[in-house]
Parts: sequence; structure tokens; C-alpha cells
Amino acid sequence: MSTTAKMIIVLTVITIFSGGILSTWDGVTKPKIEAYKLQELKKAIAEVLPKYDEYEEIHIDGLTLYIGKKTTDTTQTVGIALEAVGNGFQGKISIMLGLFPDFSEISGIKILEQIETPGLGTKIVEDPSNKEDPYWFSNQFKQLKTEPQIEVIKNVKPSKPAEIQAITGATISSKAVVTILNNHIQLAKKNYLSNSKSQIQ
Amino acid sequence: MADKKVSITREYLKGLWDENPVLRSLLGLCPVLAVTNSAINGLAMGLATTFVLLTSSIIISLVRKVIPHQVRIASFIVIIATFVTVADRFLAAYFPPISKDLGPYVPLIVVNCIILGRQEAFSSRNSLGRSILDSSGMGTGFILVLILLGGFREIFGSGTFFGMTVLGEWFDPWMVMILPPGAFLGLGLFIGLTNWINAWRAKA
Repeated sequence: MSTTAKMIIVLTVITIFSGGILSTWDGVTKPKIEAYKLQELKKAIAEVLPKYDEYEEIHIDGLTLYIGKKTTDTTQTVGIALEAVGNGFQGKISIMLGLFPDFSEISGIKILEQIETPGLGTKIVEDPSNKEDPYWFSNQFKQLKTEPQIEVIKNVKPSKPAEIQAITGATISSKAVVTILNNHIQLAKKNYLSNSKSQIQ
Repeated sequence: MADKKVSITREYLKGLWDENPVLRSLLGLCPVLAVTNSAINGLAMGLATTFVLLTSSIIISLVRKVIPHQVRIASFIVIIATFVTVADRFLAAYFPPISKDLGPYVPLIVVNCIILGRQEAFSSRNSLGRSILDSSGMGTGFILVLILLGGFREIFGSGTFFGMTVLGEWFDPWMVMILPPGAFLGLGLFIGLTNWINAWRAKA
């Protein structure tokens, strides 16, 4: 057998073998990976919205909104959640954002993904130096007014209803979160209102 | 290479100290520096790398006589990449938080030079038994360094070890240790210490 033929045969056999292993393994792990993603999504939505019995997923213009409802009265929306993604200090920050149905107040936020500076920017998720409330940054957004827009202030306690306090040493990360939220609140409001209007018509 | 005089225990033990892939050969430093911000991440990365190293060594040692010399690297890479993907999916399915922490460094095991290096230098020239010993020895050496470095950085950078608090309230964590410079400081100290011990042993 010539070397060329041998090279082709050996490589073909190896790649077929490899493809076989990978597709079998994918069949085993894929349902688990998908289930975990869905479970994380549900957990995040439950965390940011007021208490609801079920949620409905609607897609408008590439935006996915999760509408929390009560089963006793399905016309009654308790809140709207969406995933807000934008630029942080180093990479993308992804936030689950919960809003009350009139979009004037935030019901809660949860940072899903971020690659901020460890020990500084990562305090947007958890701040171990604050023993009483490690999640103080996210918690500031509960019942926060969204009009005219959320503002970040440094070193002093917030005095206005739409203000939050920045993390010391991570002003850019703090501002990034607020910018992402402001953008997505506007976007969700516009899309949701136009969508419900067209449904009425 | 296939020196039959090397004893079987020696084949395994050489990876732990004398030919330790990280401390002596300075191979695979990218994951060593990147994921050792905690002991648990170091352990997970070490185990994933060892799994890939061991399984690909077994396969390559078994088929070493059929692979034509000209396409050996291509064959090695396909085999290595297969097991890396298996390990990556495994972590994502069964240990999602660790998979999230390690991020792109699991898929990057494909280009870890310890693995390709051992295949080229050892498994493709030695019997199955010796290849298994060699790769498990190298893997153990790699895991040990990752846990030690991860633990060292975690203790000084967060005051914890495997998530348990070891340094009390009085301790103000040295943030730099869990940031990238901490990896260089820690690894530099470890390599320096290894060389110092070796020099001291040679003199004694």
C-alpha cells in the first residue's frame, strides 16, 4: 500500500471514530445542559419578578420578554422580565431585569454573567467585604424608580428615588450595569407597549 | 527514549518531581497561570487535563504502529480534541458552576503542550503500560502544582482554602493574589523553591 493511501485511510478512520464518540456523548450530555440552562433561567426570573404563578414567553423584534402572571386572573400581569446584555469594563455583562408592568419601577435584578475584575468589579454580583448584605449592589435596584433614568452617584447615600450608589473601586462596572438597564428599560417599554396596543386593535 | 532500564515506579514518579511538567519543564503554563485563583478550580482543571492526557495516551500508544509518520501530529490533535470535547461537555452537564468558572480554558486543553508533548515524546514510542504510567505521573504532577498554587493564591487572596475559611476576620485579603499578577508571583516562588531544593539536594 502506498504511503498516501495509508495516510488517507488512517486519518479517515480516526476522524470517523472521533465523530462517533462525540455524537454519542452529545446525545448523553445535551439534555442535561439544556435542562440546567432552563432551570437557571426560571430561577433568575423567579428572583427578579414579584410573586407569580406562571410566566409566558413573548418574542418581539428579537427581544424575549417573560411575562409573569397569576393563575387566578390571567389578564393580570404582575411583572415583566428580560435579559439585558451590554458592555461591562472588560466584556459582556448579562443581567436578568424584572420590571413592574407600568415600567416605572424595577422589581429586581440578577447579574447572570460577567467577567469584571475579580475582587473589584465582581462586587456587582457579590461583595464579601459587606458581611450584612453581600448582595447590596443588586438589592439597591429593588423598587427603584426608572424615570427619567437611573443615575449613579459616588460615596454618598442615594437621596433621589432613581439613584443608586456605585461600588468603590468599580465605578465603571457600576455605571455599565446602569447603562445596560436604562437602555433595556426603554427598549422593553417601547416594544411591549406597541405590542399590547396592536393586540387590542 | 524507550530505555528499558527505567523502572516502572520511576516511570510514574518522574512526573511528580524530576520531570514535573510545570516546575521542571515549564510546560502548560497558560492554564496554570489562568485558572489557579482557587484550589477547586485548580483541581478541576488538573483532573480535566489528566483525563485528556491519559485517554489520548492510551489510544495513541495502541495505534502508534499504524499511524504514518507524516500525519502523526494531525492524528494526535484529532484524538486529543475528541477527548477535550468529551471532558468539556461532561463538566458543562454535571458540574455547571465549575464549567462556568473555567470558561474557555477547558476547550484550550487541546493546545496544552504537556499533552501533545507527551504523545510525541513518549506514548507514540512506548508500550501501552508505560504510556499509562507516564501520563498518569505527568497528570498527577500537574494536578499537584495546580492545587498547591490555587490553594496558595486562595489562602492569601481570599483567606479560604477549598471554600473553607482558614484565615479569620483579622485577615485583610491580598487582592493581588487572585488577580493575574498573583499567578506570576506564586508560580515564580514555586519554581524558585524547586530549584533551590534541587540545588540543596545536589550539594548534600
